[in-house]
Amino acid sequence: MAFGPYFFLATLEGLVMAAVLALTALGLSLVFGVMRVVNVAHGEFFMLGAVLAWAVATSISGHPALGFLVALVISPLVVGAVALASERLVLKRVNYNPEATIVATIGILYIIQQLALTFYGPDARPVVAPFDYRIRFPWFGYSAYKLSVIAASAIVLAATWYLLSRTRIGLVMRATQFDAETATAFGIPVDRVYAGVFALGAMLAAVAAVLIVPIQQAHYLMGHDPLLLSFIVVIIGGLGSLRGTTVAALLIGLSDGIISVFFSPTLAKIIATMAVALVLVFRPQGLFGVSAR
Amino acid sequence: MADVLTLDKVDAGYGEVQVLRGMSVALRRGEVLCMLGLNGAGKTTTLKTIMGLVRASAGSVFLDGTELTRLPAHEVPRAGIAYVPQGRRLFSELTVAENIEIGLMTRNHGSETRESVLDLFPVLRERLRQRSGTLSGGEQQMLAMARALCVEPKVLLLDEPTEGLMPSMIARIRDTVAMLRERGVSTILVEQRVDAVLPVADRVAFIENGRNRETLDVEKLRENPELVHHYVGVG
Repeated sequence: MAFGPYFFLATLEGLVMAAVLALTALGLSLVFGVMRVVNVAHGEFFMLGAVLAWAVATSISGHPALGFLVALVISPLVVGAVALASERLVLKRVNYNPEATIVATIGILYIIQQLALTFYGPDARPVVAPFDYRIRFPWFGYSAYKLSVIAASAIVLAATWYLLSRTRIGLVMRATQFDAETATAFGIPVDRVYAGVFALGAMLAAVAAVLIVPIQQAHYLMGHDPLLLSFIVVIIGGLGSLRGTTVAALLIGLSDGIISVFFSPTLAKIIATMAVALVLVFRPQGLFGVSAR
Repeated sequence: MADVLTLDKVDAGYGEVQVLRGMSVALRRGEVLCMLGLNGAGKTTTLKTIMGLVRASAGSVFLDGTELTRLPAHEVPRAGIAYVPQGRRLFSELTVAENIEIGLMTRNHGSETRESVLDLFPVLRERLRQRSGTLSGGEQQMLAMARALCVEPKVLLLDEPTEGLMPSMIARIRDTVAMLRERGVSTILVEQRVDAVLPVADRVAFIENGRNRETLDVEKLRENPELVHHYVGVG
């Protein structure tokens, strides 16, 4: 294949990765931005979303699209409920202390991971894509499902932007993010906001996982890479910034896709890590980061 | 006049550090009570304890018979208390309109309250879409007051509202406090500057080492200015 079509294919692959990464990283970014909690278990919420998607999709007979759509609803809801319970039972009890929450979320990581190993098993299992259609470009055919992942991610990102910037709930979340004490002084129940944000962050990761699981298989150790890449994205983009997260996910996703195709996946990871180091040295708040009280 | 807000032997502090030691003070309905005291005397902690932002370890705070110390902090403002913190503490990344909206949401007030508050501070009406962190110091103080007044409070707590402001703005704030008194709002005004409080106060509480040493009518202070020096060492 000539360079142009090859580059186009690599760009499409990068966009798919960026789409999923943007959703996952946005969840992590929201949780840190509003709650100042570094959620080390975020990747496990992603994994749980994928595993649940497999469980739901395989339990529903009929057209694959039906099982997939039900999984797209059920899986994020269940993951959100698990995150909500984790927040109420663990994070609230350590009073959201930054150091304690890191240790606590490491504990949550292992609990979720080992429960998945116990009940789901060590095997990687596929979920059938809701539709099997290939778009014919002049040079190659490309999965229409992968393109639909990009579209679905864009829709969820736009909905999240609308929620944050145009609704009362979003206003309450942003006020809490900037100054939790003053928010309390104006009647905002900060701990309930925290619970909602933690659940929302996990649900975004679960949506990303359901979208990706027809492309990658569900596996109990699949949460590690999304966690690492999400941290890279939110550090580059700026913690708590939706715009920064989206731009950084595009940068990392595209560069990973293109560099992996033309050179090697290892080089892509090296460059992403170097980018994080440069951002931490020269612009610690990230490209679009906002300062908070 | 009946008391609208009372603190009864309140102890409070931050972790191991106790700041309030048996703080007792009463705010009468429709009065302006000024708290004077040196840095670290416990004035700001008193306001934060009323708001529930600092939890009282002993004693009680009552608003019209409701014990505030039993309420979660976010329910205190819903009982009818508004707070203008020291340094304004605006949501600086939010617009003027959004800061006002936060105030309105506290007790579910609507556009009528919003309009009446904006009538008090017309300059804010011209800046509704502006990020509040980009306002001048005086405008920020107006916005902090406006946000608090959107609560339609029975009791207003003002923590050093004249800090860092030019004289014309200080006079504006005094006029606003006096106007609110005419409307029946009771105010606790924390200040370090005596000249900033005497023109508007009804009574002055002298705070020292986390206690209310004495509460005096302002007339008595006007007649005997040396009393201020006696209590807080400034005059």
